[in-house]
Amino acid sequence: MILGRQLRSITPYTALLPMFVTVLVGYIGSALWTLGMSMTASRTFPSSHFIGLAQYQRLFDNERWMLSLNNLAVYGILFVIACLVIGFLLAVFIDQNVTGEGVLRTVFLYPYAMSFVATGLVWQWLLQPGDGIDSAVRALGFHDFRLDWLVNQDMAIYTVVIATVWQASGLVMALMLAGLRGVDPEIWKAARLDGIPAWRVYLQIVLPMLWPTIATVLLLLATAVVKLYDAVVAMTQGGPGTASEVPAKFIMDHLFLRSNVGLASAGAVVLLVPVLALLAPYAYARSRKEAA
Amino acid sequence: MNFHSIAQRLPADVAGGENVERSAVRTRRRRLTPARIGIYAFLFGAALFFLLPLYVMIVTSLKSMDEIRAGGIFALPLAATLEPWRQAWSTVCTGAACEGLRTGFWNSVAITVPSTLLPILIGAINGYALSFWRPRFANLLFGVLMAGAFVPVQVMIYPLVRVMALAGVFGSLPAIVLVHLVFGMPMMTLLFRNYYCSVPQELFHAARVDGAGFWRIFLRVMLPMSLPIIVVAAIIQVTGVWNDYILGLVFAGRENLPMTVQLNNVINTTTGTRLYNVNMAATILTALVPLALYFGSGRWFVRGIAAGAVKG
Repeated sequence: MILGRQLRSITPYTALLPMFVTVLVGYIGSALWTLGMSMTASRTFPSSHFIGLAQYQRLFDNERWMLSLNNLAVYGILFVIACLVIGFLLAVFIDQNVTGEGVLRTVFLYPYAMSFVATGLVWQWLLQPGDGIDSAVRALGFHDFRLDWLVNQDMAIYTVVIATVWQASGLVMALMLAGLRGVDPEIWKAARLDGIPAWRVYLQIVLPMLWPTIATVLLLLATAVVKLYDAVVAMTQGGPGTASEVPAKFIMDHLFLRSNVGLASAGAVVLLVPVLALLAPYAYARSRKEAA
Repeated sequence: MNFHSIAQRLPADVAGGENVERSAVRTRRRRLTPARIGIYAFLFGAALFFLLPLYVMIVTSLKSMDEIRAGGIFALPLAATLEPWRQAWSTVCTGAACEGLRTGFWNSVAITVPSTLLPILIGAINGYALSFWRPRFANLLFGVLMAGAFVPVQVMIYPLVRVMALAGVFGSLPAIVLVHLVFGMPMMTLLFRNYYCSVPQELFHAARVDGAGFWRIFLRVMLPMSLPIIVVAAIIQVTGVWNDYILGLVFAGRENLPMTVQLNNVINTTTGTRLYNVNMAATILTALVPLALYFGSGRWFVRGIAAGAVKG
């Protein structure tokens, strides 16, 4: 009987063993290993030759890495703002009791079901200079029109913004719409009695009330920014040249093509910093909520 | 509810075009005012922008290359042909081999089925143990797991490659399934934990009083009422695994490359003239499974997104 009870109290731990191993080996162990390798001179294979922070030094002297960080900043700011604005506008307009709401929601959200690879390839075709929208607009009579962003060093990263905003803003719309539907109808009644125009109610009352939704959306979008890889590979391969290089791709290339595991690991650790910076306030808010 | 009487009393609001008596008039339609027309114009324009790539994909895939060169990308096909689709499916070069995307399709199926079933099972067990049994340190473990969901795979990928190589499974089907289990576990655990948290504790205690143990309660009580969340989890996991590129590229091995990787090879690594029609047919074929799931499952997909987005 006593043995039986002890067995039963062990069972939950046994059942959680896969999760325990995943967290310990898959997440913590792997991350620590990467941290360790970032301080070694590892090339193709892990080496134990400790060189301190020299890889980080090399990393920040690396032009390609600095360019990729710069691209990530430009991409991230534009992507997040565009997704938020478009997603919010779509949600507000859909929330006006319109006919065909279901169809519209379906249309705005379907790109989210597509992979980044497929998304990138479609937009690559649409933006193909000489074949895509470029020549279609010229054929309409605008003979001086040129749309060569895909092969233009200064503009290539913006093509990735367009494609991924198309893919992800429907998600923001869906989450914002759910948030809007949760707003207390009494607020609208009160605002109407006070004669406040609806756009001001949205901007000054509803938007601040949606803060929890916006925080969630921001976290989702920001992590998507840091993880940006597939779409760039499919659309521009980081080109022309290295013009649309991003950190995730820099790391992958140095891990598997350029046999520089030490440098790549340093890059991965640097990439971890913004993620932890984003998660910290979120975890803090959660722990405070639980304590309250 | 008589909406028009309100509209007459509040002309300013109608002129603003905004819906103030929201909950009350939800079931009634408004008259077409200029502002209403503006709303529809905006939504219609936005819908066009969102549908445009799908339209271009489809018409391009139905044209011959001559027709693509002659006309614009928006033109409807004059002589629609399914030849690009046939080539994309069975003859296009996906690297060294030229057997079409069908091998990639079946590889993706072989990867997706176990990579959906296994994470759902483990996620359900985790969620069940976390919400009802609450072993010590389990919440800390769960917190770390959830944080892991936000970490870019690049941080873990190389150590995982080494571990897989040591275990002798690197570049095989078990390797890619295992990796999908690792990276799918946070979301799957979260879904089931939240779902089971809303199940009354009394149900669990009643089963305990009846003498049922850990597995018995899981199999007989919890699992049978988990169908809704299993559907949501399956949609999330199938879509995620099917659309994955980076993990398949690294872990699956040359024999098991998923469709997304082969699609990218078709379009970006082949030399010579680009066959846009075949490329677009191949892209649609690759996107077809998640799109069918999306259009077929309707609200379930949205529910999955909402459930997944509300982390913690």
